[in-house]
Amino acid sequence: METLLAIAIGAVVTASVYLFLSRDLLRMLIGFILFGTSVNLAILLAGRIGPIRPPLVDPGAAALEAAANPLPQALILTAIVIGFGLTAFALVLVLKGHEALGTTSAEDMGEAEPVAATAPSTALPAPHRKAA
Amino acid sequence: MNDSLILRTSAPLLLWLALAVSIFIVLRGHNAPGGGFLGGLIASAGILLYAIAHGRDRAMRRMRMAPVGLCGIGLLAALASGLLGFVTPDTPYLTHRWWFPGGGLALGTTIVFDLGVYLAVVGTVTAMFLPLLRK
Amino acid sequence: MVDAPSWLLLAPLALAALAAVVAAFLPPRTAALLGAATAAAGFACYLAGLLALSEGGRITAPLMAVPSLGIGGGLAADGLSLLFAMLITGIGALIFLYSSAYLAHDPRLRRLAVMLLAFMLAMLGSVTADDVIVLFVFWEVTSLTSFFLVGFNHQDKGARQAALQALLVTGGGGLALLAGLVLVSSAAGTTSISGILAAREAVLAHPAAGPAMLLVILGCFTKSAQVPFHFWLPNAMAAPTPVSAYLHSATMVKLGVYLLARFNPLYQDEAAWQAILTWGGLATTATGAFLALRETDLKRVLAYTTVTGLGTLTMLIGIAPAQAAIAAVTFLIVHAFYKAALFLVAGIVDHETGQRDISRLGGLGRSMPLTAAAAVLAALSMAGLPPFVGFVAKELVYEVKIEGGDLAAVLLAVGFLVNAAMVAIAGVLSLRLFFGPLRPTPKAPHDPGFAMLAGPLLLAVLGLLAGSLPGLLGARLVDPAATAILGRPADAALALWHGLNPVLALSAATVAAGALLFVCWGRLVPRLRGLAFIDLLGPAAAYERGLAWTIATAERCTRAIQHGSLRGYLRTLFAVTAVAVLATLLFRGGLALPAFDPTGLDARALAFIGLIVGAVASATAPTVFIAVISMGLVGFATAIIFLVFGAPDVAFTQFAVETLLVVIFAAALVHLPIRRRSRRTGPERATDAVIAAATGLATTLLLLAVLATPYDRRLADWFGAESFPAAHGRNVVNVILVDFRALDTLGEITVLALAAFAVTALLRRGQEGKTP
Repeated sequence: METLLAIAIGAVVTASVYLFLSRDLLRMLIGFILFGTSVNLAILLAGRIGPIRPPLVDPGAAALEAAANPLPQALILTAIVIGFGLTAFALVLVLKGHEALGTTSAEDMGEAEPVAATAPSTALPAPHRKAA
Repeated sequence: MNDSLILRTSAPLLLWLALAVSIFIVLRGHNAPGGGFLGGLIASAGILLYAIAHGRDRAMRRMRMAPVGLCGIGLLAALASGLLGFVTPDTPYLTHRWWFPGGGLALGTTIVFDLGVYLAVVGTVTAMFLPLLRK
Repeated sequence: MVDAPSWLLLAPLALAALAAVVAAFLPPRTAALLGAATAAAGFACYLAGLLALSEGGRITAPLMAVPSLGIGGGLAADGLSLLFAMLITGIGALIFLYSSAYLAHDPRLRRLAVMLLAFMLAMLGSVTADDVIVLFVFWEVTSLTSFFLVGFNHQDKGARQAALQALLVTGGGGLALLAGLVLVSSAAGTTSISGILAAREAVLAHPAAGPAMLLVILGCFTKSAQVPFHFWLPNAMAAPTPVSAYLHSATMVKLGVYLLARFNPLYQDEAAWQAILTWGGLATTATGAFLALRETDLKRVLAYTTVTGLGTLTMLIGIAPAQAAIAAVTFLIVHAFYKAALFLVAGIVDHETGQRDISRLGGLGRSMPLTAAAAVLAALSMAGLPPFVGFVAKELVYEVKIEGGDLAAVLLAVGFLVNAAMVAIAGVLSLRLFFGPLRPTPKAPHDPGFAMLAGPLLLAVLGLLAGSLPGLLGARLVDPAATAILGRPADAALALWHGLNPVLALSAATVAAGALLFVCWGRLVPRLRGLAFIDLLGPAAAYERGLAWTIATAERCTRAIQHGSLRGYLRTLFAVTAVAVLATLLFRGGLALPAFDPTGLDARALAFIGLIVGAVASATAPTVFIAVISMGLVGFATAIIFLVFGAPDVAFTQFAVETLLVVIFAAALVHLPIRRRSRRTGPERATDAVIAAATGLATTLLLLAVLATPYDRRLADWFGAESFPAAHGRNVVNVILVDFRALDTLGEITVLALAAFAVTALLRRGQEGKTP
């Protein structure tokens, strides 16, 4: 079961990285979301898959018994919401970028870091032969 | 969005339903599945539905407050909930306090914290997505 | 062993530091005179120390100890240190005095005085440090102050480049020196120089002894302008003349020689040490002499003769016999006297006539007789004529070379030619400049005032006196210093008259050859200047090419790494991550491939299929819209997985988020071009797929490796056990979030709120732009 889940996570990672490498920012964003999902699943798996009872303390009992591991769940819960916020932020950025530049391709958004522009060579000229 | 009579009629109802359910989810979160994060998302979904049906501006008006304002209140509530930890000297910040009025009821400052999380989530989601909708 | 109170070593440093601060607030001229007084006071301290020094003794003082870094710190001065310190302070006092007149009406004089004081402090620290780290710090400070002093005329581009060149060469050597010193001190188990010298066997037996020695030599060679690093010194002549006289003739460039002499007791029996120093020094003398004959600029001529002088010193340290150490110390003193005097004379000529080109100067003696006197006296010493101390030194050097064993012939031949060149140049600097026909100059020449004449006259006369009474010089100055160089007692029998012997004959022949060269000088220089290939092939050209190459390579690297393509960054990032994880798993162990066990499977595995199908569909989706829908499928499958593996909180959150995401994406896509197909070319798709598959494989293998290790349940069990009793909550996940780890959650909602603020600001800005 665990092995199969690990393989499935690997598949999601593969798809997400493939989308991540796309030129289109929207596809990159989808890759980003899938990547987050796969990481959440990886955390769940790394916390081991044991009993499937939710981590709720039974009425009358004082301690948790024979239930799923609560720790990765707490981590994943916040990770989902944070990832959601980040995705939303990125989506707004993509929209604004499209509004300003008319493209959703990362390669065409060259204004912040121009690729082709070459700065003039800063090599020093020959040394002065005559001392001042 | 295309006008849909069904959606327009049901959206206010669904909004109240979503809000009621979300509050319930937050309140029971300490002892059963639920909590501030989930509740906040459900409330946001209700508001979003309403905004889709009646337009962004009407939804904003019904919220009576800028979404980031909700974020701020939520943060302040969560921050304030931990202050009682300073009452006794050897407990750190965010040590929650409890009151047992009897009848098996337990009220703690955790609920203030969770409501803060709830408001922050609602504020964030609406702040980000209401502007994306067309008027 | 302590001969004198330790304050004699600390006081000059403290005074210089204090004076440097005070001088910054004084009028320029007063600042320079304060510098002269400080240097003179320092000189008095060191002189008192020298007089109190017993044979083989030393003075020590605590300074700059950092026990936590294993730096013992401390100052120590033996004969060698005190000799250098006295040269630094003695010549320094004259230089400050000279500067006060040289830059009399220049407001920058204050800056010069402050920088020179800082430099003097660093020099004194360098030569009296007994700790390699302290030494290195002071050593680097001398390079830094040299940088600022060479670039003193900072409006001049040439001066800036020369300053940078000096800094890069000596600073690069400084790095080598640091590495060498660290190796040596780790071999010796101490950073104390005296401790290192005492632990000679351990240092030499260390496996890295050879590289350590080479690194130390490299540092010293760059500092002391030895071939092939000699080229920075003539360019450093861009500095004001007092600076050139002080830093680039009398003191700083001799710091490398000082350190070689300091470490000589350690390495003197090593064949490599002797060979490198001897041959390196010899090559430097020849190079300096030859290049000096190609120049007509006064200061550059002097700079190249300084290179020759430094080469001679290095060579003498490299030659093993005791007599060589005595010759080295004697030559060091002599060279400091006459070269500083000549530099100061050159400064006077430049200052008073406005002309520095020797070929356009002549007959100045009539209008500036005192300057001429100083120049002639110094030049006679440089030429090595009796009764000047230069003669004593040259005799000694020749004597050493004759005794030089197998190398004697080569050493003598080269030495003869070099000395003949020095005689000729000494003639040019005195006879040609000050006698013969008067040539017109931009300014009417006349003798300068006392402040500028005092230095060259005093130094020149000292050269004459010391030559007349060589015994006094030997007993008081040379012996203690030579003892320090050799690490065993040395006795110098300095004398002006050694009788009629081969050395005297050689001296006479040298003077004759030099005279011949002097006569031909006017015709020789243009011919030598015509040899343009020397400029193209020398190490200076290599430096230029190296610098240009470094900058160009840095630029190429920056362009290759910081290329600005997001896709490129991500490809690199994922490829490196995948390769790193896979390589670690394969080669460092940890790879765990479990046997497939179908009995453990149940209906929950169906959710995995949804996961895989959604992933594949989103990756291969022809349009963004389909990719969004597929993404939703993955999200819901994930939620189901959470649900069926006992995480209802997470599952519901995932459901809610996934719903919102799909709706919101749909809303956003209204604004965006959704139907456009992916624009990757075929080969790009292939490499991307390989990178993606490698990353996915790495993830799976990593997870399997993690699963193969035992899980530490302590934390999970603690939360499960404490949740209800301590936090009154039955939902452990929620209790962790709002109670046990509430501070983390607080941080997380803060991040959320910040993202919301950022988005609001971003959107509002756009709207303001649209509706002004």
